[in-house]
Amino acid sequence: MKKGILILFISISYFASAQVKKEADGKAIYNQYCLACHQEDGTGVPNLNPPLRKSDWVGGEKTRLIRVILEGLNEEIEVNGESYNRVMASHDFLSDKQVADVLTYIRTNFGNSAEPVKEEEVKVLRKKKP
Amino acid sequence: MKKILLPLSLSFGIIALSSAFYNKPSIDAPKADNITPDADNGGIQLAKGFGAVVVAEETGKARHIKVLPNGTIYIKNSNAKNDKGITVLKDTNGDGKADVVEAFGAYGGTGIDIHNGYLYASSNSEVFRYKLDANGDVIDKTKPETVITGLPDLRQHEAKPFTFDESGHIYVTIGAPSNVCQEKDRQKGSPGMTPCPLLEKNGGIWQFNADKLNQKQEDGVRFATGIRNAVALDYDPASKNLYALQHGRDMLYQHYPEIYSAEKGAELPAEEFFQIKKNDDFGWPYSYYDPEKKQKLLCPEYGGDGKKLYTKAKKPIMAFPGHWAPNDLLFYHGNQFPAKYKNGAFICFHGSWNRAPLNQAGYFVAFVPFKNGLPSGPYEVFAEGFAGGPEIKSPGDAKARPMGLAEGPDGSLYITDSVKGKVWRVIYNK
Repeated sequence: MKKGILILFISISYFASAQVKKEADGKAIYNQYCLACHQEDGTGVPNLNPPLRKSDWVGGEKTRLIRVILEGLNEEIEVNGESYNRVMASHDFLSDKQVADVLTYIRTNFGNSAEPVKEEEVKVLRKKKP
Repeated sequence: MKKILLPLSLSFGIIALSSAFYNKPSIDAPKADNITPDADNGGIQLAKGFGAVVVAEETGKARHIKVLPNGTIYIKNSNAKNDKGITVLKDTNGDGKADVVEAFGAYGGTGIDIHNGYLYASSNSEVFRYKLDANGDVIDKTKPETVITGLPDLRQHEAKPFTFDESGHIYVTIGAPSNVCQEKDRQKGSPGMTPCPLLEKNGGIWQFNADKLNQKQEDGVRFATGIRNAVALDYDPASKNLYALQHGRDMLYQHYPEIYSAEKGAELPAEEFFQIKKNDDFGWPYSYYDPEKKQKLLCPEYGGDGKKLYTKAKKPIMAFPGHWAPNDLLFYHGNQFPAKYKNGAFICFHGSWNRAPLNQAGYFVAFVPFKNGLPSGPYEVFAEGFAGGPEIKSPGDAKARPMGLAEGPDGSLYITDSVKGKVWRVIYNK
């Protein structure tokens, strides 16, 4: 019984530390590649770079979000009633894991609380890329 | 000869008629003497001796502004929702506050000015004009004439600010739809293109005939090149020169952390103040200006290492810290302000978004004294506090961002804000 609890404890803490690492990795990628345009607090830049804070582009369906990272975005979009028109560069040089980590980071920060993005989900969409 | 003379004399007649309206303030134009500044100067801090009255609180996403000789104010808005692309403000009782607020125009844009009895306004791809009546009102708000059409609107540096000289020309900025002309814009590691193909139709200032309709880009002349984007643009009749301020490039630190620290990336490159002559080349995208070294340096996308010089470009007449975003320039010719301001330059810094991880900066109006067409001293802070706090972490936090400048008939200075369209009128208290 004690053994069982110990294993449970170890696996929980292993899981928790993996989560912490995923969060830290995601944040590091965010700071390196995203922060300049989307700002430290995810508020973006009026008229140019859309906010990630409370944005349905971020917290909504994952496919569209993953595609924005892999393919970039070259159209004017509307977020929370305001329009934004700056081109977003493709970030396909990031690995599947890096894309999953940074998207999980933005989906669980800046007032968003959506489920994480998995590496496999990125891999599938990258293969489908035209 | 007669054939030439007739249209000539006709056009002189028109100019004479319109300049009567254009140059002379009407008798009942608002005077600063009758105005009491707001107790808090509308939430901004001003140079000693100056006060401000809020003309209007919310006019839309305001860009550039023009004040007519009779005091009527026209403001171009970047957003044309509900056909409010241009705001008209009038202060009929002379207390400094607008009591008539109207709007028209189905397109967003930046530029607005007066020329030969017409109100000119620009979208991101065209320049339009509206005939004004003797009261300075637009005669037909729904049917402007098209002066220039089909300019590239590529959703980056897409504003088309403009200014006029005294010889019948209009100068229009056509910004570069790119950060630094990489093969893949703003992507780390993507090389710069040599020669940069964007420069043929973008990244410069084009000169057109101010009075001819339906001109295309090919009908104009590329007056100056190598300018990434110049939202602040003004012709100074006192020195007979064209001037502009450039928005310098981004991403030195983000893309080259091995060369530039975060601090260097926030301060570099300088925002450059240009005096522009025909066929000048200011060096975008191959170079940027380092204000410490007082040199143009080769950009790392083109083989630069933070040290290699670039010698083919004309240098600025003055340099400001990086990313402050100069968005309007006004040469002051009024008599209300103290003598040192006469013929000097006011510059509206919209404020940065790309100095992170450092705090954002630049949300203020500067003054630069001028002598013989060149700066005669360092810049001074003329108006600040627009953003509403000492430290701005993200531009979205700014309560207001100074955007446009105009001189009133009595020498008052008008300032617009791009967040909600607040308009200040700055007067000298004596």
